[in-house]
Amino acid sequence: MTEQGIGARVLRKEDKRFITGKGRYTDDIRNERQAYAAFVRSPHAHARVKGIDSAEAEKMDGVIAVLNGKQLTGDGIGNLICGWGVSSKDGSPMNMGAWSALATDKVRYVGDAVVLVVAETQAAARAAAEAVIVDYEELPAVVHAVDALKKGAPQVHDNAPGNLIFDWGLGDEAAADKALKGAAHVTEMEIVNNRLSPNPMEPRSAIATYDEAEDHYTLHTTSQNPHVARLVLSAFYQVAPEHKLRVIAPDVGGGFGSKIYIYPEEIACLWASMKTRRSVKWTSSRSEAFMTDAHGRDHVTTARIGFDANNRIVGFKIDTVANLGAYMSLFSSAVPTYLYATLLSGQYDIANIYCNVRTVYTNTVPVDAYRGAGRPEACFLVERIMETAAREMGVDPAELRRANFVKSFPHQTPVIMAYDAGDFAGNLDQALEAADYKGFPARRAEAAKRGKLRGIGLASYIEACGIAPSAAVGSLGAGVGLWESAEVRVNPVGTIEVLTGSHSHGQGHETTFAQVVADRFDLPIENIQIVHGDTDKVQFGMGTYGSRSGPVGLSAIVKALDKVEAKVRKIAAHVLEVSEDDLVIENGQVKVAGTDRAMAWHEVGLAAYTAHNLPAGMEPGLKEGAFYDPTNFTFPAGTYVCEVEVDPETGTTEIVQFVASDDFGTIINPMIVEGQVHGGIAQGVGQAMLENVVYDADGQLLSASYMDYAMPRADDLPSFAIHHHSTKSPSNPLGLKGCGEAGAIGSPPAIINAITDAIGNNDLDMPATPPRVWAALNAASAKIAAE
Amino acid sequence: MTEISMTVNGKRTRAAVPDNTLLVEFLREHLRLTGTHVGCDTSQCGACVVHVDGRAMKSCTMLAASAEGAEVTTIEGLSNGELHPMQAAFKENHGLQCGFCTPGMIMSAADMVARYQAAGRELTEKAIRHELEGNICRCTGYHNIVRAIQDGAAKMAAG
Repeated sequence: MTEQGIGARVLRKEDKRFITGKGRYTDDIRNERQAYAAFVRSPHAHARVKGIDSAEAEKMDGVIAVLNGKQLTGDGIGNLICGWGVSSKDGSPMNMGAWSALATDKVRYVGDAVVLVVAETQAAARAAAEAVIVDYEELPAVVHAVDALKKGAPQVHDNAPGNLIFDWGLGDEAAADKALKGAAHVTEMEIVNNRLSPNPMEPRSAIATYDEAEDHYTLHTTSQNPHVARLVLSAFYQVAPEHKLRVIAPDVGGGFGSKIYIYPEEIACLWASMKTRRSVKWTSSRSEAFMTDAHGRDHVTTARIGFDANNRIVGFKIDTVANLGAYMSLFSSAVPTYLYATLLSGQYDIANIYCNVRTVYTNTVPVDAYRGAGRPEACFLVERIMETAAREMGVDPAELRRANFVKSFPHQTPVIMAYDAGDFAGNLDQALEAADYKGFPARRAEAAKRGKLRGIGLASYIEACGIAPSAAVGSLGAGVGLWESAEVRVNPVGTIEVLTGSHSHGQGHETTFAQVVADRFDLPIENIQIVHGDTDKVQFGMGTYGSRSGPVGLSAIVKALDKVEAKVRKIAAHVLEVSEDDLVIENGQVKVAGTDRAMAWHEVGLAAYTAHNLPAGMEPGLKEGAFYDPTNFTFPAGTYVCEVEVDPETGTTEIVQFVASDDFGTIINPMIVEGQVHGGIAQGVGQAMLENVVYDADGQLLSASYMDYAMPRADDLPSFAIHHHSTKSPSNPLGLKGCGEAGAIGSPPAIINAITDAIGNNDLDMPATPPRVWAALNAASAKIAAE
Repeated sequence: MTEISMTVNGKRTRAAVPDNTLLVEFLREHLRLTGTHVGCDTSQCGACVVHVDGRAMKSCTMLAASAEGAEVTTIEGLSNGELHPMQAAFKENHGLQCGFCTPGMIMSAADMVARYQAAGRELTEKAIRHELEGNICRCTGYHNIVRAIQDGAAKMAAG
C-alpha cells in the first residue's frame, strides 16, 4: 500500500466541509431555547470587589439572570486548579492561590470575570453587562515577574509571599559552578523570552445545556481535550459527575495550547444553564480572547556556558524567572520546569547543567502552554548562547555545534531526558547544503553592494514530544496519566470506525489516522472513519497537545489494530481451514499465501457478526480497544538556517531564505507534516519579529486587538524550504516523533541569530521590530566608532 | 427594526432586523449560513469575507441594511455542486488546516484573481501576499495558501 498508506501525500478527507462552508464549529451550533451569556470583566489589574449592584441590569429587556461569584461558590462550584504539583528546592509545595470562575473578593488582572449575565439575545446580554455596577477599590498592580519579586511589590495572592509560587532547581549546582570556574571561555547572556498570545483564529466558545429531566449536562466547547475537560469539570469544579456530563468538541478552529485548559467561562456557563434551565452560549470576542486566553512564554533568564580549550562545553548554568500571571492555569507549573529545564542540554553532550526557576504571580493573564510550551524557551536560550559563544571564540557556529553534538544513543542528559535516537550532524549537513552555507559570504558581499546588511543564523533544536510516560510524569507531580486510548470497530460490511482520544483542530487526523489503518489492512481510506471529540462516543482520551497525537494517539490505534488483526486471522484461518501463519492481508483480502483461496475483508467482518461459523469459544463481533502508555518521550530534532537582509536606514528586516531540516521519525503524510512545519515557523517568525503582549505599568493590556498585536500576515513571511532527514523513534510502534511544534521551537533563535549577525550586535530582544533593529545596529556602529 | 431585502446565493430574502444588525450577523444568525466566520472585532482577520455585488467585503464591517438590494455570495454559494476552482485549489495544495479562516480566504482569493485577470495584470507571489493583507491565517504560515491561489488562478484562467 503506497497510494494511501504510510508515506503518501494523501489529500485531506476533512477539507470538503471546510472549503464549502459546512464546517461545524461551536458557535455555528444553535440549540432550542438557547440563551446568550456575557461577562462583566474587571477593568482594573488589581482591585478589591467591594460590592456589585445588578438591579438595573436585572430589569432590562430580555435579561434572564445576573449571576455572581458568591452565588457560584455558594452552589459548591470549586476553584480552578493547576493539575501539576511542582515543589520548591526546600521541599515546600507550590503556593497556589484561589481562582474562582467568577471573582468573589478580589480581581487580579484586566479581564478577570466578575459577573455573568444571561439574556435572550447576545445584544441584550452585552447591554445588561454594561449596566452592572461593580464597586472596586483599586490596588497597586505589578506586571513584570522580576518586579513582582522585588521587596515591597504588590501582593497578588496572600498565600504566595513575595509573589513567589515556587523556587525550583534541576541538576547539580556545585558541579556546574565548578565546571564554569575551570572553563577556558565563558559566555554569559541575559535573555528575555517575550510574552505571546496564541490566537487560534476561532475564538473560544461554549454552549452549556442542562437537561432537567435527566439531570444531565452537555457542553459543546472549543477544546483540544474534551475528556480532560470533563474530568476536571467533574472531579475538581463539581459542576456535575462525569456520567452526567457530556463534552463535545466539534470542529475546532486551531488551538496551539490555548484550548487545552478549562476556563472560567465554561464552568460559569454550565452552572448558569442549571440555574436558568436554558441552553447558555458564550462566544469570545477577539478582545476577550486577548484578555482571557492563556498567554505563552514570558521568561527572563541569565545563563552562563563554559567551554574548554578544545571548544567542548564543560558546564551550563541557568537562572530563570517565569511569569505565570494572576492565577495558576491547568499545566502552568510544568511548562517552565519539566518542559523547559529538561531540554537545556540541547543537542549537546554536556556533563554539568544546573537550572534554577522561580515562578511568579503578576497582575496579568495566566500563562500556560503555547505551541512548544517550555521547549521554545529552552531552545532559544541554548541556540542563542551557542551562536554567541561561537562568535566570541571566533569559531564557525556550525562547527562549534558539530563538535559538541551528542553522537551516540541512548544518551542520558544531566536534566532527566534520555535521548533515544537522532543524527544531529546529518540534519546539520542537510540544512547547510540546502541553504548553500558555503556561498553565504558571496551573498553577503552582493547584498552590501545594494546597501543591505545580510546575516545568517542557525539553530539546532531538540524537543521532547509524545507526552508522556504516565509513571514518569506522575513521579514529577503530574495529576494525570498521559497515555492515550483508541477503539477500532470493524463493521459487518467491513468498513471501519476508529475512535480516538486525540483531537484534531487542524492537524488532519481524519486523514493521517485513516492512512495508518488503510496501510495496515490494505483498504481504501474512504472506508475508514475517524471519530473524535465526543465523550459519549469515545470512552476516554487525554487529547492533543505536545505533538502527542502521532507518537501516543496513533500508537494506541496501532495497538488496537494488532488485536483486530489477531482476531481477523483467527476467523479467516478457521473458515478457510488453514493455519493463521499461512495468511496474508492484502488487497482487501485475507489470503492463503501462494494460493487463490481468500476471504474478502468484508466477508471476515460479516463472519464475525453473523457468528455462524466462529472458532469455538470466540465472542462474536470485531471491535477492539487499547490504551497505550509511552515508554519514553520522543525527540524530534533538526537544524534551521535563516538568512536575512536588514535595511540599515530603517531597520526593516526581510527573511530572504529559510531552510529546515527536521527529523520527525516516520512520516505518515509528508504534505500534512510540511504544513505543520510551515505554520510552526510562521509562529516562530511572529515571536521573533512581530508579536508581543504589552501591558502598561498599571496592568492595562495595550495589545488587545489585531490593530495592536502584530499577527504574521502573508507579506511578513517568505516561502519555506522543508527537508527531512529521519531516524525512527525506537519508543513507539510506528517510529513517530511528532511534528506539530518543531517549527515554532527552532525558528526564533535561527532568526535572531541571523539578524544579530547582520547588524553586528548581539544585544537584541524579541520581537526584533524595525525600531529595535535600527537601535541595535546604531548602538553597534557607535561602539565601533568609539573604539 | 429595519426591513431589508437582498439576494443571497441566488435566493431573494426579506427580513425585519434590528437596525444595528451587521451583515455577518444576518447571514449567520438569520439565514444560518454559518460558513462565514467572525474571527476578530476590528475588521482585520477577514474570516467574514463575502462578495457583495461581485466585490469582496468584510461582512463584519457593514450593516445588513447597507446591503439592501445587493447580490450577496457567501462560501456556501460560491459554487453550484462542483467545487469552484479556488475551492479545489485550496484542497489540492493543502491550503487549509483548521479551516476557520478558509471561507474568507477563498472568497478573497476568488475576488483577487478575478480582479487581476479582468485587468490583465500578472498575479505574482508578491502580489498575492500583498493582497492577502486583510486575511489572517494562524495555521498554514500562508506558504500553501499562496500556492493554492497561484493554482486557483491558473484553473480560473483555464476554466
